[in-house]
Amino acid sequence: MNLTLKIWRQKNGNDSGQFVTYPISDVSADSSFLEMLDLLNEGLMDKGEEPVAFDHDCREGICGMCSMMINGVAHGQDREPVKQITACQLHMRHFKDGETITIEPWRATAFPVLRDLIVDRTPFDHIIQAGGFISVGTGSPPDANSLPISKPVADYSMDAAACIGCGACVAACPNASAMLFTSAKVAHLNSLPQGQPERYQRVVNMVSVMDHEMFGSCTNIGECAAVCPKEISLDFIADMNRDLMMATFKGITPTVSLNGKK
Amino acid sequence: MATTVKPGIKPDQLQFKEGTLNANVPDGPIQQKWEKHLFDMKLVNPANKRKFTVIVVGSGLAGGSASATMGELGYNVECFCYQDSPRRAHSVAAQGGINAAKNYQNDGDSVFRLFYDTVKGGDYRSREANVYRLAQVSNNIIDQCAAQGVPFAREYGGMLDNRSFGGAQVSRTFYARGQTGQQLLLGAYQALSRQIAAGKVRMHTRYEMLDLVVINGRARGIITRDMVTGKIERHLADAVVLATGGYGNVFYLSTNAKGCNVTASWRAYKRGAFFANPCYTQIHPTCIPPSGEHQSKLTLMSESLRNDGRIWVPKKKDETRRARDIPESERNYYLEVKYPSFGNLVPRDVASRNAKTVVDEGYGVGEQKNGVYLDFSEAIGRLGKQVVKDRYGNLFDMYTSITGEDPYEVPMRIYPAVHYTMGGLWVDYNLQSTIPGLFVVGEANFSDHGANRLGASALMQGLADGYFVLPYTIGNYLAQAQLDKVDTTHAAFNEAEEEVNNKINRLLSINGKSTVDTLHRELGRVLWDYCGMARNEAGLKKALEMIPQIRQEFWENVNVPGSANDLNQALEKAGRVADFLELGELLCLDALNRSESCGGHFREESQTDEGEALRDDENFSYVAAWQYAGDEATPILNKEPLTFEYVKLTQRSYK
Repeated sequence: MNLTLKIWRQKNGNDSGQFVTYPISDVSADSSFLEMLDLLNEGLMDKGEEPVAFDHDCREGICGMCSMMINGVAHGQDREPVKQITACQLHMRHFKDGETITIEPWRATAFPVLRDLIVDRTPFDHIIQAGGFISVGTGSPPDANSLPISKPVADYSMDAAACIGCGACVAACPNASAMLFTSAKVAHLNSLPQGQPERYQRVVNMVSVMDHEMFGSCTNIGECAAVCPKEISLDFIADMNRDLMMATFKGITPTVSLNGKK
Repeated sequence: MATTVKPGIKPDQLQFKEGTLNANVPDGPIQQKWEKHLFDMKLVNPANKRKFTVIVVGSGLAGGSASATMGELGYNVECFCYQDSPRRAHSVAAQGGINAAKNYQNDGDSVFRLFYDTVKGGDYRSREANVYRLAQVSNNIIDQCAAQGVPFAREYGGMLDNRSFGGAQVSRTFYARGQTGQQLLLGAYQALSRQIAAGKVRMHTRYEMLDLVVINGRARGIITRDMVTGKIERHLADAVVLATGGYGNVFYLSTNAKGCNVTASWRAYKRGAFFANPCYTQIHPTCIPPSGEHQSKLTLMSESLRNDGRIWVPKKKDETRRARDIPESERNYYLEVKYPSFGNLVPRDVASRNAKTVVDEGYGVGEQKNGVYLDFSEAIGRLGKQVVKDRYGNLFDMYTSITGEDPYEVPMRIYPAVHYTMGGLWVDYNLQSTIPGLFVVGEANFSDHGANRLGASALMQGLADGYFVLPYTIGNYLAQAQLDKVDTTHAAFNEAEEEVNNKINRLLSINGKSTVDTLHRELGRVLWDYCGMARNEAGLKKALEMIPQIRQEFWENVNVPGSANDLNQALEKAGRVADFLELGELLCLDALNRSESCGGHFREESQTDEGEALRDDENFSYVAAWQYAGDEATPILNKEPLTFEYVKLTQRSYK
């Protein structure tokens, strides 16, 4: 198939960037979206131009590295019957011959562009560092079966833990809010008995860093869940808000240092 | 260290050395070795731990867990990864599960049984003492991960669920849906994040290690490139840990992530660390076949599909009819015919080799004629579509999304793909390489899986090394090392940095006509054809002639655009492929030297009358540890003999 690509090119964080249009031909309908970009890059390099930089790694939809807006949709829009997926799992048979495809990086103040389609997502790591863990050192914890966890609780926790941290939720949100990401981690740990001792301090600390990192507020639009490749549910946001309110009643304040952060 | 261009390896000039390697295995019965060793090892006083700095390269299960644990102990840890976050290391992609000898199912499992299965599964080419320790700490791993909040699958009573996996007759595999790897990695990442917040670990993301610095015979630092700014930096430490994964991408197409590379291990090899058993590569039978030249990586489909799917190819060569139009009488269910008792459930290597045989003979299916059918129509007829959907629905969805075909209606097409590398840097019982102060953990070392890895054992080994072995053994080293007071202005740092810069500048100045990927694909094809599922002397010798030619083409005609001082993905890739082009040659040399078949290494000259792998215990019961001898010299083969006191050597049979 033959396509026209409109791709965001930006040399680095200081460059203002612009769209550049590239025609591309002989794309196999069986190739993945990223393989189509590989083909484009091979052609650009043959002409002595610099290839389009984009993040990718596992190419099987689990590492969360790939991150691009395709025709305005985070990770692009797959067609029925397949569900929402990561960009690396999107295949070219879902596009029409002759189509123009617009490709942009994630757009969010908290995720500055490093080059072309690559953004800096370290603010997600900072949110986890604020409390997205259970404080247990390596050593001799009790036998794993000494703490039974009912199947529905374990399943609920697993639903939340399925998040791959790709950032599509932030990119899709008109407010660039990180609520879906943060709430998934909070729900994963706060729903488990192991997570109870730090439950309220965890949510307060993580939310305070989330706000500090320049993510926007949540206004219940739901764009995040619509593009999430792992089907993280909006329910987790409601749960996190409940824990946050309880923590406020308990008078819990952030203990995390915001120094050195943005 | 000049960059290799000329043909280096001359198989007829091999030098052997024996007695050069001391595995430092403690004395005593195997059940007591580790405990005794734990007591005998020197400790670092808690107040002194903060005076030591340890570099960890890689943040997957092994590197992430090691960094977190050493941070907790009080060491200053500098952790590096090439991804934008430590949570993305390729451990994340493991689907199946993690083994432990908990015996929760009361089916007779034990530490000894897990040890026994692992040694046997590795076709008797691993070191008994290491494997026993792995089985011993396997139970601690499950406890540790559960305490961290890893959401393992549970039964309705709230207890942990298990499933069974290939190569074992007990049910000992713990899992978290189809993403056990991600969940265990998130556990390690959470522990790591806690130490980063505590200031004990400094995380360097989007960094690549480009050389190892050895001072007075000890590993003392690394040279890195900041992949965003291109800045070359020097990092000094008291010990260096490599947790940089396997080298499956030497084949170009594999199930590894695109960024997985051998550069850190290869630089260490060139600085004096021995590389062990590079020819032990594992090929997984159920992957989706390439759909054309554009294919950039392969996707694995869980082996569990073989429980209900039937594998076949048409009886007629160059069949053009659709699968459904081929009558039963014209189908060849070759595994069921050849192995009546195991049928479609023969082990990975046997299933893979048979698929290769039928495809090579011209019976392959699909547009590219490069796959075999995995057919569920019989299972759907027997069980109903819903049951099949419940069991394999997510895998079928994944298959549909990649191929555009619906496996409920037409048979899947599968073909084997490179998946894991058992070989790696040689380490002793303490996980220390032949360079004092350089430790190697996880898939990057060679130690625990012998010539073949059993399912659900990779996650176990990564976490065993990182949580429960390395943090103790590295203390033993640091407590006794008496390191020289040096800083990053030392001549060894100058020399290493200069070499790194020279290599980068050279890559950028060739300005040839070939892209890096083109040459990488060529290398991959040579290795797949001559050093893949089946190997023979003539083919390996041919590969040893072809690889240097590709390498020469690379250094004379590669095109790497852009500059050194930018985010430059073409440059990153070129540096990695340059190292693969050297490793590929060593891989073939090792495969040529080992003229027996064992595990994933199948030499056509060494098979039973039934076509199964035939070991030669008399001549090859050793670890082949290769020593770098200069760019244009043949590496020296050091042999570590393997002795088996606890597991009896037998020949496998699946008839």
